[in-house]
Amino acid sequence: MNKTINQKAWYFVIPVFVLVAFNAAIPLMTVVNYSFQETFGNNVFAWEGTRWFKQILLSERFHAALGRQIAFTFIILLIQIPLGIAIALTMPKKGLGVPVCLILMSMPLLIPWNVVGAMWNIFALPDIGFLGHTLNSMGFDYNFTQQPGDAWFTTILMDVWHWTSLVVLLSYAGLNSIQPAYYQAAEIDGASRWATFRYIELPKMKKVLTLAILLRFMDSFMIYTEPFVLTGGGPGNTTAFLSIDLVKMALGQFDLGPAAAMSLIYFFIVLLVCWVFYNLMMKNEAKS
Amino acid sequence: MSLELKNIEKKIGIDTHIYPTSLKLKKNTINVLLGSTLAGKTTLMQIMAGLDKPTSGEIWFDGENVTGMKVQKRNCSMVYQQFINYPNYTVYENIASPLTITGVKSDEIKQRVGKVAELLKLSAMLNKKPDELSGGQQQRTALARALVKDSDLILLDEPLANLDFKLREELREELPKLFEDRDCIVVYATTEPSDALMIGGNTATLLEGKVIQYGKTLEVYNKPENLISAKVFSDPPMNIAEIKKSGDICKFLDNNVQWKSLAKIKDGTYKIGIRPHNITTYKEGNNPVEINGKVQISELSGSESLIHFTNGNLNWVSLSNGTQQKNVGADTKLYMNTDEFLYFDQNNRLVKNG
Repeated sequence: MNKTINQKAWYFVIPVFVLVAFNAAIPLMTVVNYSFQETFGNNVFAWEGTRWFKQILLSERFHAALGRQIAFTFIILLIQIPLGIAIALTMPKKGLGVPVCLILMSMPLLIPWNVVGAMWNIFALPDIGFLGHTLNSMGFDYNFTQQPGDAWFTTILMDVWHWTSLVVLLSYAGLNSIQPAYYQAAEIDGASRWATFRYIELPKMKKVLTLAILLRFMDSFMIYTEPFVLTGGGPGNTTAFLSIDLVKMALGQFDLGPAAAMSLIYFFIVLLVCWVFYNLMMKNEAKS
Repeated sequence: MSLELKNIEKKIGIDTHIYPTSLKLKKNTINVLLGSTLAGKTTLMQIMAGLDKPTSGEIWFDGENVTGMKVQKRNCSMVYQQFINYPNYTVYENIASPLTITGVKSDEIKQRVGKVAELLKLSAMLNKKPDELSGGQQQRTALARALVKDSDLILLDEPLANLDFKLREELREELPKLFEDRDCIVVYATTEPSDALMIGGNTATLLEGKVIQYGKTLEVYNKPENLISAKVFSDPPMNIAEIKKSGDICKFLDNNVQWKSLAKIKDGTYKIGIRPHNITTYKEGNNPVEINGKVQISELSGSESLIHFTNGNLNWVSLSNGTQQKNVGADTKLYMNTDEFLYFDQNNRLVKNG
């Protein structure tokens, strides 16, 4: 077949190019620009090569922030994924309970992130907050603004409260797509509840769970607003996750070069982990 | 060994899904449940298996009341319209699954799975996973899982409905052979009369939650107890008309077509049922009668031709062998094989076949 040559078709593509350029490519290139140079304002730049990258990669401060970030993400995934599946399994499959449960479950997802932070801040205040006051009156020495352990506990609890619903909704959708005949077949075989979960429900939920883990990984790895409002990274630096540390460096200390280098490293870590994880999860799919 | 349903009834809320039904299925038989969608075939099977409890009535198996006994304790297996297999098990593991759960020794499992796999032509794909197989092979795997168990009761719920035509024909021919030497009761649900005829055994015709007739398949086909059973067991749909009989002469109420009947029934008005293949473009039987028709639709299906035609108020279907192309709107001559007419009285009960 002969292709007709029609250069006018480019006009359809140009708007997309412009949009992507302004909201992704140009900002990213600006950051790349800063990461290789030193600036003292007034648009004066001096070439620094890979100095900022080396500095960040070797700095203890970055290692500590990255360590805290990995620990946080790991803990919340470990809690939210099993908890989400468990809640989805107990949700009703028909009747009035379905819309009620779905609406209740989506509530936390609809609350703006800084409101979540502010809510939990007040909720957890040791003297007047419901959670803080209750814990203290029960004899626990709880103060999230002063004790690192309590700060972590509160941040994790807040994130679990805010985001487990997402895992629940995705798992619920996955479970609902399983035909009832599968359950009957398992019942006829005499399979136990655990075997039904392990060999029917879990494999059938594989795709949505992959998606849930990916989304939760990315979101939690980039978490900023809620811990910023709740603890501000404190006490000390104990809850200063990567993005909080980054903002401190860029806006607090105005170290634009190192901050730009750190942004890029941060970005590549997220990209790399997602890519590796996705490929591992989909490896079996590709085989068949 | 036998499975007996005694006055089974199933209600969900105010809806009756199965009206009081009694049915006795004997050992070593294949029993077809024939009826359209929502006739209650699946509900009835689930009650037989113990997956569902009847609202009232009893189920007896082998002289034992098993009403309300859980499905795990009953020795039965089921194959569904959808191809149900464990997604991350291989074909071998899938077939072996009912045996592994009950703790059969591994050498015995190996031997039994091998035998069933060979029977169902799955030997070459034992190491594959279900989603690497074609639909036909997936359903064969599901069938193998049902057969490997040596169940007393095997339930097949429209097992061929999701297969394409060729695979369907192939598996349909194999099915009766698979169950030949087995010590079990097979129940096979289908919407298609041709399935029932091909599988043979016994047939129960169902309509809207009622078992209309149960008996030997050919007998139910040739001597339907009543008009409903005849309608259920006819595809394309049966042609029905009212006639008046006086002396030897039968005549349609709607037109002047008449024929001589040797049927020894009283004079009066009757309904007759004519299966589409008894109206043809050529003469058949001992006493063919001509009828004129205006062609409404003319369709060829393989080596058969369906002609929908009208004659006065009658709106009928005929089925002839060969490719008989007719123009829509054309007047055409057709012949009815009066030997195979079914005569029903005013209460829709069969009074005479032929």
